[in-house]
Amino acid sequence: MQLYLKPKKKEEILSTLKELGENILKNIENGENPSVEVPVRTLRNIKFDSKSRKIYLGGYVSKRYFLHLGEIRKFTQLTGVAALAKNLIKENKHVSLREAFYILKRNIPGLKKNIVDEQEESNRAIEDLELVINALREQLHFNANKLGAVAGNVVIRDRGDLIDWSKLGSGGWSVPSNVEDIEFVKVDANFVIYVEKSAVWERLHEDKVWKKLNCIIVASQGQATRGIRRLLQRLNYEFNLPIYVLTDFDPWGIYIYSVLKFGSIALAHISDRLAVPNAKFLGLTGDDIKNYGLEKHLIKFKDIDEKRLKQIREYEWFKNNKQWQRQFDIMEKMKAKAELEALAARGITFISEKYLPEKIKNEEFLD
Amino acid sequence: MDERNIAEEIGEKIKEISIAEFFEKNRHLLGYENPTKSLLTVVKEAVDNSIDACLEARILPSIKVTVKEVKDNIFRVRVEDNGSGLPPEKIPIAFGKFLVGSKFYRLRQSAGTQGIGIKGAILYAQLTTGKPAKIITYYKNQKHEFELMIDVLKNEPKVISHKSENLQKNLHGITVELTVEGRYISKGQSIPTYLKYIWIANPYAEIIYDGPQENFKLERVSQELPPSPKEIKPHPYGVELGKFKRMIALTKARTVSSFLSSEFSRVSTQKALEICKLAKVDPNKKINELTEEEIEKLHKAMQSVKLMAPPTDCLSPLKEEFIVNALKKEFEPEFIAAVIRKPTVYRGYPFQVQVALAYGGKLAENQQNSILLRFANHTPLLYNQPDCAITRVVEEIDWRNYGLSQPSGSLPQAPLIIFVDLISVWIPYKSEGKQAIAEYPEIMKEIKLALQEAGRKLSLYLHKKWKREQLATRANIFESYSHVFSEFIAELTEKNVEYIKNKLLELIKKGVYKEGEEKKLKEEVIEVK
Repeated sequence: MQLYLKPKKKEEILSTLKELGENILKNIENGENPSVEVPVRTLRNIKFDSKSRKIYLGGYVSKRYFLHLGEIRKFTQLTGVAALAKNLIKENKHVSLREAFYILKRNIPGLKKNIVDEQEESNRAIEDLELVINALREQLHFNANKLGAVAGNVVIRDRGDLIDWSKLGSGGWSVPSNVEDIEFVKVDANFVIYVEKSAVWERLHEDKVWKKLNCIIVASQGQATRGIRRLLQRLNYEFNLPIYVLTDFDPWGIYIYSVLKFGSIALAHISDRLAVPNAKFLGLTGDDIKNYGLEKHLIKFKDIDEKRLKQIREYEWFKNNKQWQRQFDIMEKMKAKAELEALAARGITFISEKYLPEKIKNEEFLD
Repeated sequence: MDERNIAEEIGEKIKEISIAEFFEKNRHLLGYENPTKSLLTVVKEAVDNSIDACLEARILPSIKVTVKEVKDNIFRVRVEDNGSGLPPEKIPIAFGKFLVGSKFYRLRQSAGTQGIGIKGAILYAQLTTGKPAKIITYYKNQKHEFELMIDVLKNEPKVISHKSENLQKNLHGITVELTVEGRYISKGQSIPTYLKYIWIANPYAEIIYDGPQENFKLERVSQELPPSPKEIKPHPYGVELGKFKRMIALTKARTVSSFLSSEFSRVSTQKALEICKLAKVDPNKKINELTEEEIEKLHKAMQSVKLMAPPTDCLSPLKEEFIVNALKKEFEPEFIAAVIRKPTVYRGYPFQVQVALAYGGKLAENQQNSILLRFANHTPLLYNQPDCAITRVVEEIDWRNYGLSQPSGSLPQAPLIIFVDLISVWIPYKSEGKQAIAEYPEIMKEIKLALQEAGRKLSLYLHKKWKREQLATRANIFESYSHVFSEFIAELTEKNVEYIKNKLLELIKKGVYKEGEEKKLKEEVIEVK
């Protein structure tokens, strides 16, 4: 079975939430240990569809019991976010993940613990709930933070306001958690550059790269948020804009690309709505290090980097890809990483005026 | 710079400048950069010396340290040991002359330093207070008391006075008394801390301390001395060119091949010939006729020839139970895991790592953060913690894997003592002082493996403890969660909270959870088609 989440109507979600509670109550009334089935979200249940080139979630489901020392906490948290979602939908209010955390953070009587002690716990409970009731986080009225920055010759309409991405000063437009209702009024660009670092985005923005190369530049800090990923997907699907990804040459950077392109392990259940299978990797590559003379600007690998490299090169979607295995070999041999900022050693605007135009013109991409 | 290199350098520089001048210029390298650290260094040099002396003589050490403030910021430091003592005629040279020579190429695990150590302390006393050092040796039923200074221009001992008397009893040992400028502290990087730590790594010693603010006695927890470390010759892989040249200048061997096979570890006559052949140097060439170019070729060849690793039985680790007993006595933890790795080799030098983790118990009353105790050859390293390879490794380890909390990139947050002792014939200190160990991958790997093994033992203990506590209070935990859980279910189903809660509590009373746990044991994961 392939599990994908589809958008649902408000009433449908409310009745699913109620059903979740009723099933548990039925357990209790029947004298059974309350249980719920949660799809497994670890690597063993991650499948890769080589045709559509997307990660998806397999059909493994684990049964979680309430009266069980190892599970009672997560189980309680799951019902906690479910109850919160129900109230939010009814009152038509949206909360951030941070707010959701504080709403749930209450003492458990008789214990020195709160229902959630770290935001990671509530975030995870929300992700579990998405799977259990088959609805998206945003539809449950939980929003992530606005993040990242966008600039380009694009005009959009957001809650009735017209926003011109070319006239937003130095900061650009930051991408909300939910981009479903954004309407594109004008899109004048040949491609999109996604860069993993806001500092590098600022460099590109200051050098007016989006104007000179007629493109859209998008950034976030580290892993792209759901909002950004969905935005990239929409630009790709609706306007046929190629997506070029710019990251450091290290396992973490390449995984950022991997998530954008194939989907992530943690969110495999919504790859369909987030992944951009024809995204291309623009750099940095192992060859760039040689071609652009960055050998003296490498950072030595730590143990954790090496470990991560071993992991990702074994992922199904990289395993049989010769191009990528070659890059991993280079990395393994160097035992070092290269940062995008290292290009500044060749000149402040080197990345904007030489590196990017040259690589894009010569179509030096990795797929 | 390593202290042995400093000693060599002193030897060379003496001809050009006075020792006093050298000392002034390099006092930061020797541990005398400020009054607090200087006072500690004086004590440390004397105690390290005493422990080495006792070990060499195979005597269980009894060391008495007295520190008294005689005037504002002037201290009298007295360290008495029960080693074999020295014949009186050797005292002036042993304490009053900086030695240079081939002895620096012998490699042996030892606490103290072979070149400067106590002489640096004597010179420091002389430079700051002008007072001579008082050295007493108890040797063959006689007591000899010397007052001596170092003639800094000639690098010669200057005996101010020498008294001797016959003794009724057969006493043995050496007492050193110095009057120095300093500043006293009793916490942190201090004399009491240093004495406690050195005792932990040498728990067969008895240390009595009589300080300006406190006094204590650290009793030995073992009556057994560790085996004597053996001396080994340097291994070719660990010899740098400069050192190689000095060895050539000092050797008694006459030909190249006999030099190679007699001065180095693991170089047989056959291997010596192989090295010569590779370097294209006549093995029968006289050693003093070698050209600069030939020396460099030999040095290079020596590194590329296949040789056995040096012997590792020259090291003397502590017995596991000794560390455990010492830590138990000093910190009264609830759990200790000690790990001793097998000896191995970096750059031709044998080394070995031993670690211990002491957790909880009395530690939990006083500290929330872990404390790292670093040792090199059983002597504590109190300064430069952030720069040390040991610290790097401890911070790199993910202690959360072992059930401890840890802010990323720092020491774990737990009532924990992390004990790490690196033992080697040559401790690779980073430049400046001998308080931080250089980051050799081989060494870091061994420290990591040792700590991880100890970490696994600790985590097993913590898990069992946690489980015990959990099972004891299982029903209570279920009840506590049931309060909030019922509220959530009531909100979802729009039914009465009390009704749901009571039903749940009934389930708990009946022990329904056992069923769930048994099912869970079978790891219930089902595939939905």
